[in-house]
Amino acid sequence: MNFAQFLKTDKLMSADSLILFFIVATVLVGGAILFSTFMAPTSSNPAKFEPYECGIPTKGTTWLQFNVGYYLFAILFLVFDVETVFVFPWAVVMKELGMVAFVEIVIFFFVLVLGLAYAWKKKALVWE
Amino acid sequence: MEFNIYDFTSFTKWIDESLNAAMSPFWVMITEMAIIGVAILAFYALVGLFLVYAERKVCAFMQNRVGPNRVGPFGIFQTIADLLKLLMKELVYIKNADKLLFNIAPFIVITASFLAIAAIPFARGLHAIDFNIGIFYVVAVSSLGVIGILLAGWSSNSKYSLIGAMRSGAQIVSYELSVGLSLITMVVLAGSMQLSTIVEAQANGWFIFTGHVPAVIAFVIFLIASTAETNRGPFDLAEAESELTAGFHTEYSGIRFAFFFLAEYMNMFIVASIAATVFWGGWMPFHVPGWEGFNTVMDYIPPFIWYIGKTAVIIFILMLFKWTFPRLRIDQLLTLEWKYLLPINLFNVVLMAFIVLMGWHW
Repeated sequence: MNFAQFLKTDKLMSADSLILFFIVATVLVGGAILFSTFMAPTSSNPAKFEPYECGIPTKGTTWLQFNVGYYLFAILFLVFDVETVFVFPWAVVMKELGMVAFVEIVIFFFVLVLGLAYAWKKKALVWE
Repeated sequence: MEFNIYDFTSFTKWIDESLNAAMSPFWVMITEMAIIGVAILAFYALVGLFLVYAERKVCAFMQNRVGPNRVGPFGIFQTIADLLKLLMKELVYIKNADKLLFNIAPFIVITASFLAIAAIPFARGLHAIDFNIGIFYVVAVSSLGVIGILLAGWSSNSKYSLIGAMRSGAQIVSYELSVGLSLITMVVLAGSMQLSTIVEAQANGWFIFTGHVPAVIAFVIFLIASTAETNRGPFDLAEAESELTAGFHTEYSGIRFAFFFLAEYMNMFIVASIAATVFWGGWMPFHVPGWEGFNTVMDYIPPFIWYIGKTAVIIFILMLFKWTFPRLRIDQLLTLEWKYLLPINLFNVVLMAFIVLMGWHW
């Protein structure tokens, strides 16, 4: 599609016009930050640029190890999120396919719930 | 040209035709883009400013206070004054912060909410982009915001920010599933992901009435999950001000902080719009089958008013949540999602499929 036809085809219905929203968002944020950079007063003192930690100097590095639980849930999420991508098209054609689609989704969800039950039993869902 | 508040299609067509008569296609395109850009920007800013004001007033109402009442009548210009103040504040960079990521983060959260707004149907013909995968698109795009939040927390070089961002990440991705599945339940009923088709399908009764029990369950789950998705109380662990100062945006100052704030409110507006569109019929008037007179009266109210009204009611409910319930702990939060909402939701999808299969929906 050439640039001159950009919004012409289907009257603002085409996905290409999403670029417009990118531009508007960037202009809004960029413009305001630029304005602020030039207009706002600045001052400087040694304590100002320290990270906030209840008024005392920070100890050690910020980027520490943290609880593995966050990763566990991220992995579980991945499984179910990919599943959502599969189920969306199914949901659209469910009415037309009827019984076949229904049986298939029951089997599909059964396998998924098995996975969830396994994670549950292995105590992956318990926060420590 | 006849301006019709019940159908904006003729209005947009008229703009297009008169522009085409006046100039070349290239300039028509540029002008139309400019018009839409300005309209969206104005709408975005207005809604953002209004929601911040509304939140403060609702909070005051819940806590038996007056709320902002000094700037302008009933304090309606309070948020504008706040915005101007924030614009004039210095943008502070923290020592050792990752400057590039620190700068990019507000862009990402704002862009994500802008992209989501593109697909929301405000009234008949007042719809920026009508995708055939509308719902899927909104779910996908609105979850991009979490990247901005994670970047903000990670790049700030502050422990509070990092903890806030990690919590926020775990919470948003978990509740993402419930949002998706409860919307899938309604897609099964509607048989389409296109938001305009979904709205048209509710002409004779909103889905929450015609969808039997599963629709009601899906609505309740959607409300809970979207509250968590937008990082609002009782799920506001990410910024839990009593334990993490301000969570992921602790180190942000001035207008950058304002953008995180704005994005949070716009996300609330987006989830409320989606809830109104999918469950409460979007801009469709309230109809009772058989009551001809009543239906005619309801038709006189313009679609845009219906849409705004429904969205406002849902936003009000979300605000009541925030000021009513105490904050959850992170383990309670994840238990609620993975041990309750998710299994219920999977069962609910199957139940809805069964009802559609049997033809029990109206």
